[in-house]
Amino acid sequence: MTDLTQLSLTELWHALQQGETTSVAATEASLARIAAVDNDLRSYLTVTDEMALEQAAAADRRRANGEDGLLLGIPVAIKDIICTHGVATTAGSQILADFIPPYDAFVVEKLKEAGAVILGKTNTDEFAMGSSTENSAFVTTRNPWDLARVPGGSSGGSAAAVAAGLAYGALGTDTGGSVRQPASFCGLVGLRPTYGRVSRWGVIAFASSLDQVGSFGRTVADCTTLFQLVAGHDKRDSTSLNVPVPDYLGALTGDIRGLRVGVPEEYFIDGIEPDVAAAVQAALDKLAELGAILQPISLPHTRYALPVYYLIAPAEASANLARYDGVRYGPRLEGDDLLDSYKKTRSLFGPEVKRRIMLGTYALSAGYYDAYYGRALKVRHLITQDFQRAFQEVDVITTPTSPTTAFKLGERADDPLSMYLADIFTLPLNLSTGCGLSVPCGFDRQGLPIGLQLIGDSLQEATILNTAYAYEQATKQGQ
Amino acid sequence: MSLTHDEVNAIAHLARLALTDAEVEQYRQQLSAILDYADRLNELDLTAVPATVSATNLRNVLRPDQAEVIFDQADLLFNAPQLVGDQFLIQTTLEDG
Repeated sequence: MTDLTQLSLTELWHALQQGETTSVAATEASLARIAAVDNDLRSYLTVTDEMALEQAAAADRRRANGEDGLLLGIPVAIKDIICTHGVATTAGSQILADFIPPYDAFVVEKLKEAGAVILGKTNTDEFAMGSSTENSAFVTTRNPWDLARVPGGSSGGSAAAVAAGLAYGALGTDTGGSVRQPASFCGLVGLRPTYGRVSRWGVIAFASSLDQVGSFGRTVADCTTLFQLVAGHDKRDSTSLNVPVPDYLGALTGDIRGLRVGVPEEYFIDGIEPDVAAAVQAALDKLAELGAILQPISLPHTRYALPVYYLIAPAEASANLARYDGVRYGPRLEGDDLLDSYKKTRSLFGPEVKRRIMLGTYALSAGYYDAYYGRALKVRHLITQDFQRAFQEVDVITTPTSPTTAFKLGERADDPLSMYLADIFTLPLNLSTGCGLSVPCGFDRQGLPIGLQLIGDSLQEATILNTAYAYEQATKQGQ
Repeated sequence: MSLTHDEVNAIAHLARLALTDAEVEQYRQQLSAILDYADRLNELDLTAVPATVSATNLRNVLRPDQAEVIFDQADLLFNAPQLVGDQFLIQTTLEDG
């Protein structure tokens, strides 16, 4: 057989089912490729090779006994902000450098039950705060398409690993675009499900009203398979939605005739690279050719989404990150008294995390709460309404995933606002109630991948996944 | 919106962060720029607009109040920076007297 790591997740599943290969062979091939290329790419923070080989052998035994699950024996990677029992989980931060979680996240439990093989933990911006993965305290991940460029972020390690054949799929988290934007930069399919569709139990909190676990795949079917297995209700997350999980894979028919596709005028603005605009326009033409009905729509409060996001997310982060005080876990830098120890210990946070804690603390402080946080919550309502009105007229909203393709390492590191702008098209959705994905839609003149964002109404993942599938099958991009 | 050094120091204290003078100046400039950007929200009349605090319509999600052992004590204590027996050791929080 050819190089196993070049197979898609779905192709590997067929090969396993047909007895053409084994999970142990696929896992060994993945680990060998990690050993060969990840010194340059730096997508993983921890490689769990021994555990992975044990899980692979167990999966092969289960398959020999007649089991046939969708992820049985499939090697995958997990963003290092998702807790894994007994395996270091750092959130990309010095303050959790030695943290060994005492439990598995819900999504990790699901993967283990399904018999997936966990290859390791992937790099992330510290506490998922960033759009390039450069804010990791440990290593700088590079884009497999051009090693001088960022993979996007904050789930850049997961995206780079899947794009480079170092995992067949991966989980990330998306608080403002942290799955869709790196998927776009790395030429992958990345899904951000509806808030509450996937349990946040065991996901280290950044901004609790916005965080959601999403999946990466090299194809729509791969991304859907991972999502199918981790979706569902969990009583341990009080924001988890107790609604049935549909057959998402079965919904991938490729038929989008009559689908109403909205094109928001506010998303086609100055600042979009011409190649991105052209690729997205070509993708819209292709959707029309496949029978979709395009119509212009308006999301009038779009220009407020970025400031709203950068008040709400830091406010929630400043509260969530108050727990890192060096008392029960994490390092403790002892000072003159308890207050001094808190301050010394918390100096282990990196610059972007400190910046957001400061911003959030300010937005929540007495005298400024109404002017900043309170206003932001109200404008969040208006943004949500924009989407809800639009979904009375259309089934799917299409936009570019990011205004640009992958930028160069270091290019935006010193200018927080320019970094924040990389998520300008993805973060409005997180403030609202829907779901979204990025699907590859071509390349710019430098050969860098471009992503098309598809946004669906609350719990309409099947609709956007099938739209992406129809597009992918018609263009065969993302293979 | 231009923050002063004192304001940045006050925020840092509330957030329990020790900042160097260079960090204070850097954050003063950067936070001021971000807050300027946030002033865009003042364009809107929000008097009749309710606040959205959650992306779901869930209310008062309850469960039976039953004790369960879901963590192993040794696993939990493993990450502690300082222990005495099976208890966390911390600095004095209240002085005698």
